[in-house]
Amino acid sequence: MIFKINGRDFEEQPAPGQCLRTFLRQLGHFGVKKGCDAGDCGACTVYLDGEPVHSCLVPAFRADGHEVTTIEGLANGSELHPMQQAFLDAQGYQCGFCTAGMILTAAALNQEQKADLGRALKGNLCRCTGYRSIEDAIAGRHDVSEAKAGCGVGHNVPAPAGPDVVTGKARFTLDVAIDGLHHIKLARSPHAHARIVSIDKTAALTVPGVVAVLTHEDAPATLYSSARHESRETDPDDTRVLDDVVRFIGQRVAAVVATSEAAAEEGCRRLKVDYEILPAVFDPEAAIRPGAPRLHDKGPEARIHDASRNLVAEMHGATGNVGQGFAAADAIHEGTYFVPRVQHAHLETLCAIAWIDESGRLNVRSSTQVPFLTRLELAHVFGLEPDKVRVFCERVGGGFGAKQEMLTEDIAALAALKTGKPVQLEFTREEQFTGATTRHPMKVAIKIGAKRDGTLTAMQMHVVSNTGAYGNHGMPVLEHACSESVSVYRCANKKIDGYAAYTNTVPAGAFRGYGLPQTSFAVESAMDEVARLIGMDALEFRRLNVVRKGEPMIGLHVSPDDVIYGSYGLDQCLDLVQAALLRGDGDEAPTGWAVGEGTALTMIDTVPPGGHFSDTYIWLEADGTYNMTIGTAEFGNGTSTVHRQIAASVLNASPRDIAFTQSDTDHGGHDTGAYGSTGTVVAGRATQRAAEALRDKILDFAAAQSGVDRAQCRLAGNAVDCDGKSMALSELFRIAEAFVVDLSAHGKSNGIPRSVAFNVHGFRVAVNLATGEVKILKSVQAADAGFVINPMQCRAQVEGGVAQALGAAMLEEVVIDGEGRVTNPALRHYRIPAFADVPHTEVLFARTSDELGPFGAKSMSESPYNPVAAALANAIRAATGVRSFSLPLRADRIHAGITAAG
Amino acid sequence: MDLNTVTQIVRPAGREEIPAWRDGDAYLAGGSWLFSEPQDRLTRLIDLSTLGWEPLRVSDAGLEIAATCTIAQLDGLAAPPAWTAAPLIGQCCRAFLASFKIWNVSTVGGNLCMSLPAGPMISLTTALDGELVIWTAGGGERRVPVLNFVTGNNRNDLRPGEIVRAIHLSRAALTRRTAFRQISLQNVGRSAALIIGTRDANGAFVLTVTASTPRPYQFRFDALPSAGDLTARIDATIDGTWFDDIHGLPAWRRAMTLHFAREIVAELGGGAP
Repeated sequence: MIFKINGRDFEEQPAPGQCLRTFLRQLGHFGVKKGCDAGDCGACTVYLDGEPVHSCLVPAFRADGHEVTTIEGLANGSELHPMQQAFLDAQGYQCGFCTAGMILTAAALNQEQKADLGRALKGNLCRCTGYRSIEDAIAGRHDVSEAKAGCGVGHNVPAPAGPDVVTGKARFTLDVAIDGLHHIKLARSPHAHARIVSIDKTAALTVPGVVAVLTHEDAPATLYSSARHESRETDPDDTRVLDDVVRFIGQRVAAVVATSEAAAEEGCRRLKVDYEILPAVFDPEAAIRPGAPRLHDKGPEARIHDASRNLVAEMHGATGNVGQGFAAADAIHEGTYFVPRVQHAHLETLCAIAWIDESGRLNVRSSTQVPFLTRLELAHVFGLEPDKVRVFCERVGGGFGAKQEMLTEDIAALAALKTGKPVQLEFTREEQFTGATTRHPMKVAIKIGAKRDGTLTAMQMHVVSNTGAYGNHGMPVLEHACSESVSVYRCANKKIDGYAAYTNTVPAGAFRGYGLPQTSFAVESAMDEVARLIGMDALEFRRLNVVRKGEPMIGLHVSPDDVIYGSYGLDQCLDLVQAALLRGDGDEAPTGWAVGEGTALTMIDTVPPGGHFSDTYIWLEADGTYNMTIGTAEFGNGTSTVHRQIAASVLNASPRDIAFTQSDTDHGGHDTGAYGSTGTVVAGRATQRAAEALRDKILDFAAAQSGVDRAQCRLAGNAVDCDGKSMALSELFRIAEAFVVDLSAHGKSNGIPRSVAFNVHGFRVAVNLATGEVKILKSVQAADAGFVINPMQCRAQVEGGVAQALGAAMLEEVVIDGEGRVTNPALRHYRIPAFADVPHTEVLFARTSDELGPFGAKSMSESPYNPVAAALANAIRAATGVRSFSLPLRADRIHAGITAAG
Repeated sequence: MDLNTVTQIVRPAGREEIPAWRDGDAYLAGGSWLFSEPQDRLTRLIDLSTLGWEPLRVSDAGLEIAATCTIAQLDGLAAPPAWTAAPLIGQCCRAFLASFKIWNVSTVGGNLCMSLPAGPMISLTTALDGELVIWTAGGGERRVPVLNFVTGNNRNDLRPGEIVRAIHLSRAALTRRTAFRQISLQNVGRSAALIIGTRDANGAFVLTVTASTPRPYQFRFDALPSAGDLTARIDATIDGTWFDDIHGLPAWRRAMTLHFAREIVAELGGGAP
């Protein structure tokens, strides 16, 4: 067939059932992305004869005789299309995975469509931004500032990858052409609990192109956890690369390796697996009762709290005496709240490519937040020396915690080691729902008492978390859930009991907020109810009871010594939200709808416990610019911008003159990973220290060379100002090289001690009492992020967090039926917020400066998510008079609540 | 997505070139559903787009919509001014969960053949008393009202090898007054209830209930009914079989249907019939 791509003629024949998306990628157009492969997300948008279409839905043969335009062909040579420039100017992206489709769609809109973006962009999903920056781009607003010397921290420096992101050149995990690449497809269990009696590979191995079928007989016996933490002992060893027992529908049973995806798929279909069905349990409370089917028959070496009771973790904490506290209360609210499973829905699905290089070393190119920890665990599982394993990522298409797991690298490594071939594994969107991880569903029974004067007298919380079939993150998520949501309040009597149960369902894992959104929904809803009972404004009630700087933080336990008030801006956040709601701006309520306001607050430790490490290496280049390697990964969090800004500020250089590469174990050193909101506060600290060390070295050397007093020397752009005499850095480099003087430096940080950050959210909503529909009239979030290194990016992080949280609050739920099967494993049935679903959020920052973070910064990537659901529930409660005890707050359920209340 | 089990594409230029139906066949219209889910049992696609059917034919008799007419083409129809029902076309196109980009490939016939409760082309053509022309195996043809064609969620009256050729909307239907209501759990999302009322020059009223039920229902009255009569008729007929899936609870779908039905009666009661 003959057709044009971006003006160039092609004469290639697609497979009969091939879609245009994979055909275009096969021909090297990697700007065409796969988000869902089902027409729901728009990441694969291209033009067919000038009309935008989702290329995953277009049969490739229909391109015959037609002209296709991809993102790579939108620019006119080196001159960007105006819409590409607009997305740069407004930084209308974060991870950038949806951006090609977003730009192509936006560039095709007429004026009428641009006036109704909610409708025009309903076919383009972005999980990072919350759409405000995309709206800014389409409206032609300019949000980035110019990157120049002296404009480091505190400025709206644009993301370094911007030009590559808007042109489709930014390389995500699978955007590489590799000769001889083989593909892996996974056969998955149709049973919730079963023992594999036998697997007959014969028919699969006869499929042309199939080179191997890997089963539990090929997998190492070593047990591990898919969760990655600095200490591997944090999580139980309950997982095998391929197991002979399957514990949830969707667990991988076998891996078929073939020369094409089609052959690997056919191989999977031809496998004959004989199962011995075992009894299964799906409800976490049923699972921990005596006599329940046991999931893991493992000993103490697995570090499961009590495998005989399906308890991956159990924890208890108390201070004072809650019985006496409740006896002293004038009002008590008691309720059981439920927060369901939600999925991260990062647009780039989990994927990895593995190969063995000439030296026999295992290389894994992966979509991960934790390359260094994954390397160590691969070495552990496969019995390799760590220096025989390299793990790295380039740009990662969204994470939200989902990529703090090892869910593809282990299988890819096994396949590469067994076959010697370069192999690729790419999850389908369906596999993201059935075979990856979700947030931990939690049932939270909460009881809070207070006196009429507003004094809290007792707080009691009983949490049951469902970790699914495997215990990855089960314990630390529960521990986190039982900590800051309660420790943010000063109360003499507290009691917390937490249980995390195994069930025969898809495993839960790390998810933005790490347990806090679940318990905060309960605590902050209950605080709202208690305030009503004693007739006090809920924000005043909170103000009266929150911890103040210096006071002990007591949740499950007294906060460890390494958590300090490096700064404190909660009081400011409360004031900011209160003032914003009092202002009364926002949208008008539709006639006849009921209006209500609600608020919620959350606190978060700025770094995970137990140490979090990062290394930065930085050096002067021959041309007088700088280069560095940083450990932390970029997946839309914007930290690579921040690292550049930090180095630029320390070195008084233009951010553009700071080159860097990142997230590659070959760079040396260690990086715990981009999780727990550490990309700025921990890894940024390492970069700051490295840059300071290099600055000192350069100034020492310049002083010695120029004979000027060291105190009179300072860096100025690409030169050192030696008391008025300028020495070019390139010249210094040349001299240093001649004298064999090393102008490079190393910085390190360990994440100890830690600080606390705060978020307060406020909503005004209107509710149609006849239909249950909710319209958000005003949304405001105040964040205590310490010194804000990049206001534009930090605002966007908050907006993105609010949008993702609104999804969980209003729309999202992974539904599991009575047999343990996920019933809505597609983005058309698991609806994440589209443009029309996300209101503008006013983002306000407290003015604080932290004594621990770089330049006074605190973490602000997970936490904006945390207070949103409760604030919304409280606003709906105010409007309707009906309290919602479970999420999501959908119109049909709100309507049911209103109807039941009469 | 790639349909890797498909080994053959047939692109007939006329009816006589359409191969005899066999197991593993699928007719390909826009492809927006076929390519959106795994189709492991399919081995051959028969492309209907090469048959060259004229998308839209306006005549004194009314409107003939080819099954392969895309949503974008239908939405772009310049309807004669006398067709007072024409705004329904745009309203139903906008009731798609899918965006305007999908409209460029999705077809009216494809939406009918999918027979999902939320299929807005089912709503449109049922409300306007549409009639399907179906090519039967062996070269014949049969006609069936859309109302009877869709028999349940993802179920219809189409037999193996049959092809939906076109949908006819009569001039009489297109000159009625109409009222439209739709609700979804998400803004501009998938319909959980899509209710259409029509009223002809004689005052006869028809209420079409879709999306809230597994299949479309119609309620015909010679004159506008009272709210009580309408509710009673709807409840007696639908008899608790409200559609139940992730996109809306059955009790809510019922409440929304009744709520909109009352609004529609009020709307069509105003002004001259």
